[in-house]
Amino acid sequence: MINKIVKTLAEAMAGIRDGSVILLGGFGSIGLPYALVDGLIEQGAKDLTVVANNAGVGRTGLAKLLDANRVRKIICSYPRTSDPVAFLEAYRAGRIELEVMPQGTMAERMRAAGAGIPAFYTPTSVGTKLAEGKEERAFAGRKYVLEEALYGDVALIEAWEADRWGNLTYQSSARNFNPVMATAAKLTVAQAQHIVELGALDPEQVPTPGIFVDRVLHVPYGEPAVT
Amino acid sequence: MNVNVSTNVLAACKPWTRIEIAARAARDIPEGYYVNLGIGIPVLVADHIPADREVVIQSENGVLGMGPAPAPDRINPWLINAGKQYVTLVAGGSYMHHADSFALIRGGHLDLCVLGAFQVAENGDLANWATSAKDTTPAVGGAMDLAAGAKKIWVLMEHTTKSGESRLKRRCDYPLTAPGVVKRVYTNLAVLDISEEGFLVRELAPGLTLEALQEVTEAPLRMAN
Repeated sequence: MINKIVKTLAEAMAGIRDGSVILLGGFGSIGLPYALVDGLIEQGAKDLTVVANNAGVGRTGLAKLLDANRVRKIICSYPRTSDPVAFLEAYRAGRIELEVMPQGTMAERMRAAGAGIPAFYTPTSVGTKLAEGKEERAFAGRKYVLEEALYGDVALIEAWEADRWGNLTYQSSARNFNPVMATAAKLTVAQAQHIVELGALDPEQVPTPGIFVDRVLHVPYGEPAVT
Repeated sequence: MNVNVSTNVLAACKPWTRIEIAARAARDIPEGYYVNLGIGIPVLVADHIPADREVVIQSENGVLGMGPAPAPDRINPWLINAGKQYVTLVAGGSYMHHADSFALIRGGHLDLCVLGAFQVAENGDLANWATSAKDTTPAVGGAMDLAAGAKKIWVLMEHTTKSGESRLKRRCDYPLTAPGVVKRVYTNLAVLDISEEGFLVRELAPGLTLEALQEVTEAPLRMAN
């Protein structure tokens, strides 16, 4: 019997190594798997590269991971959220490296990784400093830059419902990066508010089929913190 | 009202407020358009689209058919916009993941993107993500994808900086978001198109003359028609 549901945070985080590339779902604090980040801090992996849209808000979630000094590098599109205190402290102290890229390029690089596409050409960033040093090519008279797939060792994501095969649904805009990241990592761990029986999800409405998911932890925490 | 223009020019006219800039742009958005609104003055556009006109608003974080802010007792805590404020979904709206949201943006499916900016040049160059090439933590977000992908780019911004420098430039000196993409600019002083010949003034704030506008504008201006 396939059963991807794990009982504890420790099981959910088992085997995550130092130096891993962690794909972390969420847009601001919405759709960010806070419980799994706490589990990662507890688990102890360090020298991590974290791929996330933002660089942490306040002192919880990714910011807490930064404060715990576990992150070597952040890859994100928007490091300036309303309250990026932990990131700015770590960055100014020279404790972390930052790579900024356009949000759509970041999303597409992970989609490519999950879809077996090693690189692709995109019109985004052509003629800007973010395209410097990148291979450029014209198609039908328009310029594009070459971007490579972005692979994760681990994806930590948040879902709304999950079954024991790892089929996932999401809630409103909390979907964001989560389904894309689920496809792009060797190990995908989801926290879900609701665990449902196999067959209970409408097969027409499954944004993340279970093949992309390795572990599911039930975390019924209720409503997200105020953004 | 944010007053950024030199006093002699200002004395002769009544600049538009941020809300009036947004309302002025909203009047020009046709029925049936799919539109992304950037943070700043652009998000105010949503409140001023005429009630009898159906315009579908997209938010980069995977929302198509975004509605206004909810009443305090009707908040869906999972539903935010790109500025991370609570919003609603209109009937017919849908959610998608980030790669699809940006496929929609980059793939040329949006009729229009309305953005804020630091500077716009007479050749349509847009600078709206960093104020210095030396900025070590610049925040690009979705700006470059939107600028490269939407069919049309309009900019809504104050005409000058707080210290009175023109934001309408011959060439941008801030790092570019995308070259040659801006088609129209709405400021507190004027509505301008960008043509092969540079800025064409379509409309002036009440009481303002072209000469007075030119005084506070670095790029050369001409009246349309």
